[in-house]
Amino acid sequence: MLKVSQLTKSFGDQEVLHGLTTTFPEHQTTVILGPSGSGKSTLLRSLNFLERPESGHYNFDGKDLDWSQPISNATILQIRRHTEMVFQGYNLFPHLSVLKNITEGPIHVLRHDKATAQTEAQQLLAKVGLADKADEYPSQLSGGQSQRVAIARSLAMHPEYIFLDEPTSALDPELELGVLKVLLQIAKEKQSMIIVTHNLAFARQVADKILFVENGHILFDGPNQDFFGTQNQRILDFISAMTFSDLAGD
Amino acid sequence: MWQIIQTASPQLIKAGLKYTIPIAVIAFAIGLAIALVTALIRLSQKRGGFLIIKTLFRFYVWVFRSTPLLVQLFIVYFGLPYLKIQGLSPHGIQLDPVVAGILTFSLNTGAYCSETIRASILSINQGQWEAAYSIGMTRTMALFRIILPQAIRISLPPLANSFISLVKDTSLAASITIVEMFEVSQQIAAQNYQPLVMYMLVAVYYAVFCTLLTWLQGYLEKVTSRYIVAK
Ligand SMILES: Nc1ncnc2c1ncn2[C@@H]1O[C@H](COP(=O)(O)OP(=O)(O)OP(=O)(O)O)[C@@H](O)[C@H]1O
Ligand SMILES: [Mg+2]
Repeated sequence: MLKVSQLTKSFGDQEVLHGLTTTFPEHQTTVILGPSGSGKSTLLRSLNFLERPESGHYNFDGKDLDWSQPISNATILQIRRHTEMVFQGYNLFPHLSVLKNITEGPIHVLRHDKATAQTEAQQLLAKVGLADKADEYPSQLSGGQSQRVAIARSLAMHPEYIFLDEPTSALDPELELGVLKVLLQIAKEKQSMIIVTHNLAFARQVADKILFVENGHILFDGPNQDFFGTQNQRILDFISAMTFSDLAGD
Repeated sequence: MWQIIQTASPQLIKAGLKYTIPIAVIAFAIGLAIALVTALIRLSQKRGGFLIIKTLFRFYVWVFRSTPLLVQLFIVYFGLPYLKIQGLSPHGIQLDPVVAGILTFSLNTGAYCSETIRASILSINQGQWEAAYSIGMTRTMALFRIILPQAIRISLPPLANSFISLVKDTSLAASITIVEMFEVSQQIAAQNYQPLVMYMLVAVYYAVFCTLLTWLQGYLEKVTSRYIVAK
């Protein structure tokens, strides 16, 4: 179980997360929603120590870290073993083939043997529907294929949690669908995930839990059904804006 | 004229093979190593006492980029013999001219190339570091396995520039008594009174070597760009 409490993060003298407290349940998908600039990415990146909050607690399976205290590189490396990040811009390693992108971590970080890592990478590629792309370079892939490789790369590390920051917002709807299907499948297999997305239809299908963040505060923290059945005017406005249901109005 | 070319060429080529090329190649190899270390130290995020080391390396780059190469050669070869330090070098430091040449050329090209390498590392998207960290890599591992392989490709053309410059700059070694190709051409011109032919001839030999290097650059660029595939 991953928990944060009183997470506070500033950039310069601008505080962007104001003491967030929440939990990310195991084997569930938590979707983070909220307007642009509300702090969703910053929250997700803090969980992977790509950003450093200045105070608050990080708690993983009972092991507690105080962000206001110095944290050693060794500790950060250990924490990152449990988590993987999938980026909006994929960030595949362009100089490595698709297969090597996936085996890089297992072979060189986890020190698994090469043959095992390759076999598993092939299986993961098949799972994301790209079994025939193993020997290509990332520059030969479409955006949707790239993101599916990135997802396979994260799965290969067997993380306890996968964090995805707007994994499909750089994609055409058609390509987006392929990636979302993969994510739905992984969610079904009870992989713990935290997904930031602007796609409400997808959120509704995949989320167990929803976190609505606005201006660095958590406005809603609860089960999927409660979010979409809410009477909160602010959230209703957000949902209607995101689904363009007001477009024909006035 | 053909006669002059025929008699002078063996001597020029010999000087080229004995001094110009070895000095250029060795100095560039050492220079690259210095450049890589310098670039990595200057990019390091370590704090504390390490800042002194960073400042030292910044000072080194500043010195060698801000002073003429010829002056640097003179200081190392003609100047250091007068550096008399009690207990350390009571009789000054008298270097063999080739050693002095290689030392100076290495340090000079190292200063320039360190900036090339530093810039190429900085040009790699921050997302590459983050993806490497995300799969659990340390900074060193990310640097050597993910960032440098990409940075090398970017730094090849400017590094080849530095190498080609260095080849031509080795002609300055004539001034510290090294009998390299240009020195030999001067000596022959003094004997046969054919400076135009002689200096044109030596220019051709420099150009030939630099052209070979340009080809090598083209080949290396191809090899390191394998992964950039047009869709
Ligand atoms: N590196 C940074 N330096 C300074 N300010 C930053 C930095 N990163 C984010 N911010 C600021 O922090 C706030 C939260 O940004 P964040 O990227 O977390 O928002 P977001 O909810 O992910 O937005 P979006 O939906 O557009 O991706 C914004 O006001 C942003 O300008
Ligand atoms: Mg964001």
